[in-house]
Amino acid sequence: MLAKRIIPCLDIKDGRTVKGTNFLQLRDAGDPVELAMRYCTEGADELVFLDITATVDKRKTLAELVRKIATHINIPFTVGGGINTIDDVSVLMEHGADKISVNTSAVRDPQLVSDLAKNFGSQCVVVAIDIKLFNGTWKVVTHGGRNATDLEATDWAKKVTDLGAGEILLTSMENDGTKKGFALDITRRISEALPVPVIASGGAGTLGHFKAVFEEGAADAALAASIFHFREIEIGALKNYLKESNIPIRL
Amino acid sequence: MIGIIDYNTGNLGSIKNMLDRLGFDNAIISDPAEIDQASKLILPGVGAFDVGMNSLQNGGWIAPLHKKVLKDKIPILGICLGMQLMTLQSEEGTGKGLGWINARTKKFNFADTTLKVPHMGWNLVRIQSPSPLQQELDKLDEIKFYFVHSYFVLPEDSSNTIYSCHYGQDFCAAFQAGNVMGVQFHPEKSHKFGLKLLNNFASL
Repeated sequence: MLAKRIIPCLDIKDGRTVKGTNFLQLRDAGDPVELAMRYCTEGADELVFLDITATVDKRKTLAELVRKIATHINIPFTVGGGINTIDDVSVLMEHGADKISVNTSAVRDPQLVSDLAKNFGSQCVVVAIDIKLFNGTWKVVTHGGRNATDLEATDWAKKVTDLGAGEILLTSMENDGTKKGFALDITRRISEALPVPVIASGGAGTLGHFKAVFEEGAADAALAASIFHFREIEIGALKNYLKESNIPIRL
Repeated sequence: MIGIIDYNTGNLGSIKNMLDRLGFDNAIISDPAEIDQASKLILPGVGAFDVGMNSLQNGGWIAPLHKKVLKDKIPILGICLGMQLMTLQSEEGTGKGLGWINARTKKFNFADTTLKVPHMGWNLVRIQSPSPLQQELDKLDEIKFYFVHSYFVLPEDSSNTIYSCHYGQDFCAAFQAGNVMGVQFHPEKSHKFGLKLLNNFASL
């Protein structure tokens, strides 16, 4: 049985891990390499690094960081944030990233998804989709939730999969940061509509939320950040709990 | 020295990192002329079958590899696409494979549409025929490796299968035919399980 994956996410700014509330009040959460190694030891199945550094110049710092991470961890990792071109991806892959994720740039230019899939293979192209409810319909939003689009969530997920996305990272802005659980209905709908794995993100607060997103949400993987950073939930304890709940998991 | 063959497909750094961590002398080999320095080889690879074979062809790798593998019989480990290239042919491509094992590469084709392709993530493997690549791993209750693939290898002789995995069907997760070994999963991304397997290969 294929194991459900637990994926901690690290937000990176200028080479450090940061964590804020609603994208504000960023505070330092430590050295990303140390944090990554800790998660690796504790049983994380993969890691996601999202670079929120604004300037082009500082992205060189990111490439060096990716190299450092690749040297120290032996589980797959995804790097995302500010990726706009094939060259951006080449640099990250050469430095040791296993997968990359695109979000706003895919909405702006869907062709980018197919170009990346052709150049690097679908297995390393993750499309991150942020969604929000508008009058009962889940729509895609960009720029960390600030900009609305007309794209319906499931349609967009199908489209990027047709273009070559190998995996979808689905974040509900309605749930993100609430610790009230994942958006189960839309996660299930998208997961069942797609031939590729779906990583659910946004809303994890308890052990039970993870069980629910795998069972009711039909997610292939679950991603969370602050609850892991601040040890509100330990990955080992989470995985033991899921195992006891008969969810296939890697221990 | 363990030579990691660089024929322009994918990320070799993580394999090198793991061998460094285990303390084995190794090098990424980008020139077929350097292949004779290696006492063992690793053939990595991600991507499509024909692209991989063309890269080996265009890089001048085929003849030196045949010599090292078939004549000198040094141990070689194919990883993911590298494993598939060792077979006779693949449903993914039209050209021939290296043909070091009597096996064919097939595509996952499931009647059950809830099964996603690629098969991606950590999955359980079971020991089939005995192999030195199982040392210490055979003591564990569960052996799990990280997979990302849409095609799998079907050996003609089932006793070549050393690890099997189940995803919609049983398939060969690793084979050994003498000095020729292949793993469908990524040991370099499979944490403690992968380290043990690479250690076993490097210690042969």
